[in-house]
Amino acid sequence: MIGSLNLNRRRFLQGTAAAAVAGTAGIRLAQAADVTIGIVYVGPRDDYGWNQAHAVAAKALKGVSGVKVVEEENVPETDACAKTMESMINLDGAKIVLGTSFGYYSPFMVDMAKKYSAVQLRHAAPLWTPKDPKNLGSYFGYLNQAHYVDGVAAGLSTKSNKLGFVAAKPIASVLSNINSFMLGAKSSNPSATVQVIFTGDWSMPVREAEATNALVDAGCDVITCHVDGPKVVIETAEKRGAKTCGHNASQAPLAPKGFITGAEYKWITIYKSYADDLAGGKALPNMVSGGYEADMVANSPFGAGCTPEGKKAAEAAIAGLKAKKPIYTAGLKDNKGKVVMDKTYDNLDPYLDQMNYLLEGVVGSIT
Amino acid sequence: MSDSAFAIVFFAIVGGALRVSTPFMFVALGECLTEKSGRVNLGLEGTLVLGAMTAYAVSYHSGYPWLGVFAAGLSGAVLGAMHGYICKLPKVNDIAVGIAMMLFGTGIAFFFGKAYIQPSAPRLESFSLGAWTGNQQIATALQINPLLLVGIAVAILMAWAFANTKWGLIVRMAGDSAPAATAMGVSVDLVRFLSTTFGGFLAGVGGAFLSLFYPGSWNQGLSSGQGLMAVALVIFARWSPVRCIIAALLFGAAGAIGPALQSVGITQGYYFFNAAPYILTLLIMIASAGSKRAMRDVPGELSITK
Repeated sequence: MIGSLNLNRRRFLQGTAAAAVAGTAGIRLAQAADVTIGIVYVGPRDDYGWNQAHAVAAKALKGVSGVKVVEEENVPETDACAKTMESMINLDGAKIVLGTSFGYYSPFMVDMAKKYSAVQLRHAAPLWTPKDPKNLGSYFGYLNQAHYVDGVAAGLSTKSNKLGFVAAKPIASVLSNINSFMLGAKSSNPSATVQVIFTGDWSMPVREAEATNALVDAGCDVITCHVDGPKVVIETAEKRGAKTCGHNASQAPLAPKGFITGAEYKWITIYKSYADDLAGGKALPNMVSGGYEADMVANSPFGAGCTPEGKKAAEAAIAGLKAKKPIYTAGLKDNKGKVVMDKTYDNLDPYLDQMNYLLEGVVGSIT
Repeated sequence: MSDSAFAIVFFAIVGGALRVSTPFMFVALGECLTEKSGRVNLGLEGTLVLGAMTAYAVSYHSGYPWLGVFAAGLSGAVLGAMHGYICKLPKVNDIAVGIAMMLFGTGIAFFFGKAYIQPSAPRLESFSLGAWTGNQQIATALQINPLLLVGIAVAILMAWAFANTKWGLIVRMAGDSAPAATAMGVSVDLVRFLSTTFGGFLAGVGGAFLSLFYPGSWNQGLSSGQGLMAVALVIFARWSPVRCIIAALLFGAAGAIGPALQSVGITQGYYFFNAAPYILTLLIMIASAGSKRAMRDVPGELSITK
């Protein structure tokens, strides 16, 4: 019977961890419905971008009574994210783990969901399908609606009628933000056009600065972007005297002179609903998504770069989006002249998730 | 392409060369000195990142960006000295140590740099060579940072020193034939240690340019491989400091082609144009490496050629 005494280190750790969880769980029950939420970030929490948007929500969540938040940042999209999640589940007693980076999903979060069926896992991109484990799910926001509002304000704040967009890669969510920004600008200023530059990668600070300079040189006086960390784009544009619209989180402090407004996620709406459902013992939805109508996106406070007319029109546009006024209307053409909107689409229509074109009014090409 | 579009692209390329080239220039000069002494320091990517972080942090706390530049140089010198010391030990491979130093440098830069992503530090001032034209576009394109001029001056000084001074001769001798240097009573290890340390100093200064001038902020993706590219530029420049300058300018100019063409509406094939610097480097390498002359410039003691 020597073999059975041969304690495997991993087993030992698992056992002690489980004991620890059992212990803390007991204490938690005594405190009544305390919910621990784990949040995993791929980059630093204060990147003025994607991670910061989540971290802002995490911070707000900490203020909710009965909720405990554990966070870890700079977790790469490798086995490391699985280890982080596992330690959040086993050592911190997380009841739900939120993975905020695209590459966490498969295989890592799928495996975690299978291994820990009592724990809920949610991932910030629309990847969940009914074939995946039921304790796994997706959440995301339709940020293009906030970019539409940016466009409305920018259209009335530009003098040259040329708006610039620094974009990372031509995937559907980026293209939808560009197209919505342009449609917003056109709605308030029919002679506005949007010039797009693709950098080809999510984080290329030098090329993003070059792209911003190139757009300003080409006569654009409002610059916005869809890259991981918009800091460089906003700061470069501000230095060149161009106005800016933000992306992901608020970049208002970076551009005291030229900031118009920015497209922001409002993840707290989703996170709060998760916490409430867990505390109330309700089943969590597998798919949560929405835009202004569900209070899941927002616009940054208007900055010094926004004209009073722009602000007024943008506020009207926000009211419209809250009432589900469609952005993509029948008859819109792509910038090669082909009609791509055969009818008016609802703002959350899955057809729009397949977007692979730039609309008429956008100068640029996806290849 | 219309005349105005052509002008936009032209000034974007000139401006790109002046804006983007400086970090490449400093890292390449540092590596050039190190390799001339007979060692390869692949760790300069890490040095560049650490330099960028140090410069930003010191500038933020002290309010003096130039103090940040100096501190960045010192941090680079420390990393260089570590590389130089470790490589002195028997049976140590300088390439492997370089890779370790690269990871070490970026690692500590990220660790200490966390607190400096949000705050705004005072940046280096620049002046425009084109202000007299009264043309906004030209004035912006010809924005020059004093560090660019420092880099060019260092390159000329290095080229002169290699050719005309006893110190230059000793460095070259250590790089070309260690036995000859030893026979002359020169400590090869000491020469290489000092060359790597000073090379690290230069690379650190290059990092200061990234965080304090262009793009002008500290974040973790700041370098995106520029330090490694600059090490390759030394081979491209065939170990000549002056050619390092030309290579860096060329590389910066080629990097501006992609965004500039998209800004004037030539939008097809931007992946190809974004690859322009690398394609250009490869083409010139192929064109120049064929000649016998190219091999003559390689320091004889380099572990990659031995």
